[in-house]
Amino acid sequence: MNVAVCVKQIPDPALPGSLDPSTHALVREGKLILDDSDAYGVEMALRLVEAAGGGEVTLVSMAPNSEQSGLRTGLAMGAHRAILVSDPALKGSDALGTAKVLAAAIKRANPDLVIAATESTDGYTGTTPVQIAELLGFPSVTFAKKVTISGSTVVVERQTESGYDDVSASLPAMVTVTAGVVEVRYPSFKGIMAAKGKPLEELKIADLGIDASSVGWAGAGQKVDAVIDAEARQAGMVIEDDGEAYAKIVEFLEQLKVI
Amino acid sequence: MAISKIWVVAEIVDGNVTTSSLELLTAARETGATVEAVVAGDGAAVAAQLGSYGASKVYSTGDLGGSLLGVPVASAIAALVGGGNTPDAILLAQTYDGRDIAGRLSVKLDRTVLTNAVGITVSGDTLVADHAVFGGSKIVKASFTGAGPFIVLVRPKSYAAEASGGAAAAVETIAVPDSGASGSATVTERHMEERTGPKLDEAAVVVSGGRGLGEAGKYSMVEDLAKALHGAPGASRAIVDAGWVPYSYQVGQTGKTVKPEVYIAAGISGATQHMVGMKGAKNIIAINKDKEAPIFGIADLGIVGDVHKVLPKLLEALKGRS
Ligand SMILES: Cc1cc2nc3c(=O)[nH]c(=O)nc-3n(C[C@H](O)[C@H](O)[C@H](O)COP(=O)(O)OP(=O)(O)OC[C@H]3O[C@@H](n4cnc5c(N)ncnc54)[C@H](O)[C@@H]3O)c2cc1C
Ligand SMILES: Nc1ncnc2c1ncn2[C@@H]1O[C@H](COP(=O)(O)O)[C@@H](O)[C@H]1O
Repeated sequence: MNVAVCVKQIPDPALPGSLDPSTHALVREGKLILDDSDAYGVEMALRLVEAAGGGEVTLVSMAPNSEQSGLRTGLAMGAHRAILVSDPALKGSDALGTAKVLAAAIKRANPDLVIAATESTDGYTGTTPVQIAELLGFPSVTFAKKVTISGSTVVVERQTESGYDDVSASLPAMVTVTAGVVEVRYPSFKGIMAAKGKPLEELKIADLGIDASSVGWAGAGQKVDAVIDAEARQAGMVIEDDGEAYAKIVEFLEQLKVI
Repeated sequence: MAISKIWVVAEIVDGNVTTSSLELLTAARETGATVEAVVAGDGAAVAAQLGSYGASKVYSTGDLGGSLLGVPVASAIAALVGGGNTPDAILLAQTYDGRDIAGRLSVKLDRTVLTNAVGITVSGDTLVADHAVFGGSKIVKASFTGAGPFIVLVRPKSYAAEASGGAAAAVETIAVPDSGASGSATVTERHMEERTGPKLDEAAVVVSGGRGLGEAGKYSMVEDLAKALHGAPGASRAIVDAGWVPYSYQVGQTGKTVKPEVYIAAGISGATQHMVGMKGAKNIIAINKDKEAPIFGIADLGIVGDVHKVLPKLLEALKGRS
């Protein structure tokens, strides 16, 4: 069984984010890392391929610069190969433009299953995977908390407002996984060394037959007009607990007539 | 061409239109002259409710079996648009199914989707959607550059639902084209969690616990406090991911947006993704042992202390009251 995993490489979320003053887009310069949300997808793919008794895990990523470190992390975890689409023309792509590029790249891997995260840490539109599925003509099951393969169908426990649903769909399919769905392995030293020799194919949009006018700033159907400060919430009273602070809470709740 | 006709994809749970869909109808009324609804399932059954929130018409797909809604609803809408019935904007709630429908529709109509909107306004011929970023401290205003229909996913609780007192919506049954393999995702069984007390996104009091509780067993303190205050228990993602509580308890960007009278955060640091889901609470009480925790920056009452000391005393004091 062959699985393709969408992995986004993002600025380290631990660092304070900033917006470009002219485009108002999130600044994505400098070093990028594997989005934590996608580490779950990589882990899930590795487990499904192991359970199937064979096959390959292909990582697929799109980035305006030719960043590879996030892909190397995924390869070190055990993925077999990676496809990186990087092209200056991709800068400013919206989710639909991103999906067009990723769908074209995924086609090359000819997967039985595509896995993505429910939403990315920095963009969190949560629509890219479904857009990819529609472009590929695949069914999609989002918000998966458990995934199993049974013959030519994928069976998913899908989170809902009030519990979960059992959902099945025919393969090939797209599944999006939520954080915490599986415990993610750490790359071993051996894995890190092996990753250096694994195939990483770098493509330009022309290699995928994609026109520059349909992606990047040129193809985006949206623009940012302004960034303004939201109404700030004032911090109130902060007190150190001296053993009696609970009484302050009681008093506050009484004032609010909650009790 | 200004914005005149707006479609709202209305979701139905237990036979009723969801509150977030009623919020969208309210928003749509403020935005365009004609408001119509699209319903997955039996539109006739909710025509009165939709009408009383301003929808003049409801497009009804009829029973969809157990199909996941994304593909059939998007294909039905795309078929309407393909047939010449084109709205200026299509609003959906940022929910599980809303995102699926919007993603599918975006490709079918080759239109971008603006997601996570907390407000929409008309500007000339286009729509502007507001997005809360950096924990809700900044608002990004983004607009569509191309032609409509403009597809927007709006976060629940961004608008207050207000009835308009309109007559029942006229019902039009619409065709759902066969989508073959892409439409094969089907629900085979539903599992409901047992939950008592008010719903998390409707409760007047929400008590949420985070990693600071230390271990899963201590979450019962949060449940007890919620119960004592007739509220609902919630959680940060850290403890949802850790498996202490189900995902439906999660408050924040990926979870629920709550706007209770009182929000109590126990052992929660106040990450931007958490705050964006609870910043709209009228009053916020935070208990955290780290006085530098960001949650104190938005708390009306902050207690720098150990949850294992403060919560038991608070529970004791509330015994027999409320
Ligand atoms: C794409 C994305 C989406 C996300 N969506 C959400 C979301 O919807 N909701 C959400 O909550 N998070 C979300 N997160 C995660 C978020 O970034 C934080 O990791 C999470 O909110 C942290 O949870 P926490 O506050 O419980 O844990 P921590 O950040 O670990 O904080 C624990 C706090 O407890 C305090 N503490 C420890 N011991 C005690 C004690 N004995 N008494 C009192 N205080 C104590 C500590 O001082 C600390 O401040 C998202 C992240 C990403 C990347
Ligand atoms: N540039 C990208 N490269 C690879 N995968 C991506 C990219 N953008 C989005 N994805 C995938 O789609 C998921 C949802 O992204 P988003 O729509 O931004 O919330 C991500 O978590 C990834 O799995």
